[in-house]
Amino acid sequence: MYAARRWSVRHARLLESIYDHLEGLLNALHPLWLKIGYDRVEKPITFIERNVKGFLFDCQMCGKCMLSNTGMSCPMNCPKQLQNGPCGGVQANGNCEVKPEMRCVWVEAEIGSRLMRSGSAIHDVHPPVDHSRQGTSSWLRVVREKRDQQFYARN
Amino acid sequence: MEFEDEPVPGYSLPILPGHVSPGRLERVLRAGKFAVTAEIAPPDSADAEEVYRRAKIFDGYVDAINATDGSGANCHMSSVGVCSLLTRVGYAMVMQVSCRDKNRIAIQGDVLGAAAMGVSNILCLTGDGVQAGDQPEAKPVFDLDAVTLAATVRIMRDESRFLSGRVLSCPPRVFIGAAANPFIPPYDYRVHRLAKKIEAGVQFVQTQYCFDMPRLKEYMSQVRDLGLHERAFIVVGVGPLASARAAAWIRDHVPGIHIPDSVITRLKGADSQKEEGVRMCIELIQEIREIEGVAGVHIMAYRQEENVAQIVDRSGVLAGRVPWYPDRDQQAKVEPRASREAFQ
Repeated sequence: MYAARRWSVRHARLLESIYDHLEGLLNALHPLWLKIGYDRVEKPITFIERNVKGFLFDCQMCGKCMLSNTGMSCPMNCPKQLQNGPCGGVQANGNCEVKPEMRCVWVEAEIGSRLMRSGSAIHDVHPPVDHSRQGTSSWLRVVREKRDQQFYARN
Repeated sequence: MEFEDEPVPGYSLPILPGHVSPGRLERVLRAGKFAVTAEIAPPDSADAEEVYRRAKIFDGYVDAINATDGSGANCHMSSVGVCSLLTRVGYAMVMQVSCRDKNRIAIQGDVLGAAAMGVSNILCLTGDGVQAGDQPEAKPVFDLDAVTLAATVRIMRDESRFLSGRVLSCPPRVFIGAAANPFIPPYDYRVHRLAKKIEAGVQFVQTQYCFDMPRLKEYMSQVRDLGLHERAFIVVGVGPLASARAAAWIRDHVPGIHIPDSVITRLKGADSQKEEGVRMCIELIQEIREIEGVAGVHIMAYRQEENVAQIVDRSGVLAGRVPWYPDRDQQAKVEPRASREAFQ
């Protein structure tokens, strides 16, 4: 939903702290996920993630969420799905070249990132999208990868 | 500028120490000369002669020629095709690669092929959306973007591998370029976008058409503040406008080109609008040359390619240099070109 998406950018700071808490919660529930099995929990979590993020960010379930790097403006809504900043076709009023009625998602991202504590992450260079992750939960992936990292760090 | 080690046309120059490519453009830029590049209009034709003819217009006036890749999302002869013809006779090419039409598998293959043909410069572009061109019903690809494309080429060159990790037996020795557009929003972010491109591996930048000097100067001061002009060569895009009407049309229909009202007013008031467009372009070049951190100009004279020679001559931007062209070293020794002196 376009209006919700724009609201999210303007409340990027609030959403950033909610996200931090959510990540903490999902991490804390790691033993539970292990018990149920990450593969079995993938489906219901994906369902929740798709609906929550679909409403707030017009999430496309690319499987590798960058919202915390992009001012809570999802770059997958860019018609060119640019991962590293706006293209050279942004209109003078800040709207998209491809969809003239839509604000450029990167113009929005810049606004959102200024509100966030970790806003400078917008300057990181991101790798190309891994299209094989389409439709999977990026929340669970974050938890899993973090656990794996800790595991390998210990061993 | 003559290189002592100039090879038989069609063969590469040796790679100098500290250089990444065997190209003339890198040599000119690293030698601190003010570079001039131009854009060839790829024909809607399968005739090789037409490509040679279009390149010949620039002979002796430009250090490298950009071969566009479906610019404006319009279909023309491919940049790979144009480069394969022109590298055969020795031209220094900047092969443009747009992410709109090809995925990472096709692009990496093209980069290898291009380097093998003797292309020494690759310009990494995102590309216009398909809606801008003559076939808006096409499927837009955008698997990579300009930044990830530059990073991909850098990985292939410096780490001698594909993105997948598979090893290359010979890496593509190319000078990596990208575009920049300082003239559209979000203005303050534009310089950071450039920084990101340089971080990804970009070594030279050609900007979008500049018609707004104050904005360019502001941008360049931001560039100098971040020290980016020391990490990449910044070549500013310019071009002659054919008339006030053409300028207004471009402003309204071509994405990403900013033309201030004052420019259109000035064209309107001129006796010969075309001549005024050329004069404005020359004045812009002379002003741009004075900006600290600018390493050259990129002349995009779409449908006015024949005017590039006079723009270069009258602006005096080459300072007496005659860039290489297929017959230069045979002719230059016999009769120095008269036209250059006549203009100065």
